[in-house]
Amino acid sequence: MTRPLAELARARSGDKGDIVDISLFAADEPTYELLRAHVTAQRVRAHFADRVRGEVTRWELPRLRALKFVLQGALDGGASRSLRSDNLGKCFGPALLRMEIEV
Amino acid sequence: MGPAFEPAARMRRYRIGAGQGFYGDSPGAALDMARHGEVSAIAFDALSELTLAILQKDRQRDPSLGYTRDLGAWMKRLLPIALDRRIALITNAGGLNPEGAAEVVRKAADGRPLRVATVHGDNLTERLGTLAVPLDHAVTGAAFGEVSDRVVFAAAYLGAGPLVEALSRGADVVVTGRVADSALFLAPLVHALGWAWDDWDRLAAGTVVGHLLECSGQACGGNFSGDWASVPEPWHLGYPLAEVSEDGVVVIGKPPGSGGRVTAETVSEQLLYEVQDPTRYVCPDVCVDFTDVGLRDLGDNRVEVEGTRGAARPELLKVVIGYSDGWMGEGRVGYCWPHALKKARRAEEILRHRLEMVGCKPRDILVEFQGYDSLQPPRSEPDEVYLRVAVRTETRAEAEAMTREMPYLALNGPPGLGGYGGVTPPRELLGIWPTLVPREIVERDVHVEVT
Repeated sequence: MTRPLAELARARSGDKGDIVDISLFAADEPTYELLRAHVTAQRVRAHFADRVRGEVTRWELPRLRALKFVLQGALDGGASRSLRSDNLGKCFGPALLRMEIEV
Repeated sequence: MGPAFEPAARMRRYRIGAGQGFYGDSPGAALDMARHGEVSAIAFDALSELTLAILQKDRQRDPSLGYTRDLGAWMKRLLPIALDRRIALITNAGGLNPEGAAEVVRKAADGRPLRVATVHGDNLTERLGTLAVPLDHAVTGAAFGEVSDRVVFAAAYLGAGPLVEALSRGADVVVTGRVADSALFLAPLVHALGWAWDDWDRLAAGTVVGHLLECSGQACGGNFSGDWASVPEPWHLGYPLAEVSEDGVVVIGKPPGSGGRVTAETVSEQLLYEVQDPTRYVCPDVCVDFTDVGLRDLGDNRVEVEGTRGAARPELLKVVIGYSDGWMGEGRVGYCWPHALKKARRAEEILRHRLEMVGCKPRDILVEFQGYDSLQPPRSEPDEVYLRVAVRTETRAEAEAMTREMPYLALNGPPGLGGYGGVTPPRELLGIWPTLVPREIVERDVHVEVT
């Protein structure tokens, strides 16, 4: 079966220039292992295909049970030139939580 | 107590608080910090990339401006408490005119004696041409020539060095322009705890303190993505403070009696916020490695941060250049059930025809349906939706031409229109050009004045 990340994790996103970064946190070890296995950089890239032009990089921070995703070319050129309502990329974190993964 | 506790008792500790997270923040939490935080310094982060552009526009209109305009009002309320309790105030509110800001601080002191320090040399707007370095884009590698004729401002991110000098020369208030946000917090730690400039692990720990405090409420339950609904009394959210010992042990807390929550969960979200490479977070004074950082709940809104490691500082400093990138025109109108989305789409079609009819040809046009797809990809159709149209144009006049076509929809388009909020005045868009410049080229012009 699949479950949305919203039921498994927390996420906060921020911006710098044209880059959006998303931190994804699991509440416990088994959940963190699930995230590590299923929430790959490729899947995140595909999840945001409509608004991210560049590469997606993933970092692992096991002590914090966190994954960090760095999305290049994600902000319509950056907060101060973007035409978007979400010009600061704050809604990317919640948007990631819509992803469904196998559990 | 036995002798085993003596070394800890002798260990020097320093408490520092956060006072501001952005230009436009409200001063209540800073006053709360001064009154109840039992801190020796409060640092204020008033600058973002966008803020410098706003300040540069102020300065072009009036050369005596160029700092954040709410500084006087903040200082009038803070200084009486800070001077009485010998709390150092450190702010980057100087923006592009630290000397002008210092004058505002002196006036706000209302005749009480104080020493104000200013840090100079970060503002490269007038000196870009004399640097004799390529200024290629730090991320894409593109040549600076693409934007060199459209520069609005240029500023280098300085480290904590000049701020430490200001504090050691007895400054009560330190006013800077662009410095690394975390340097505002690192400086008093280096000054008070006597850390060496090559003690990378401690400089990294102090930089993490800055990183956790620079976005004010975000470490204390603001924007918390977990159980946000249960964050206590967010209407007077406490800003974070840090107790730091000489050996680099850090405990994050908040003033007693304030709202908000400090737990490993709330702190972890700020810890990784806007960090693009957790193995090497490059700051002017040190490169921070977050890989082994751990957070431990001590209870009572206190969290210990340990495991921070540092590596040698970079030889290149980040310089951010803002350049003019056209104008934005924006308009918004709401439609109700039934067929809210269809109506909004029809309105979009009408507007696009109108733009063509008046010869308005934006460089880019973004159409969003707020309440449906503007913040996230769409899922289910809403009962009401706002059509938002934003255009990027070469000139202000073109942006205005677009907004003049919005009112047409009021009586001539689909039915069920409401919430016509009109249009926002055109605003200039700003491209951000990050680049790297050898440290010595920037630092040869950095100096501190104390009066």
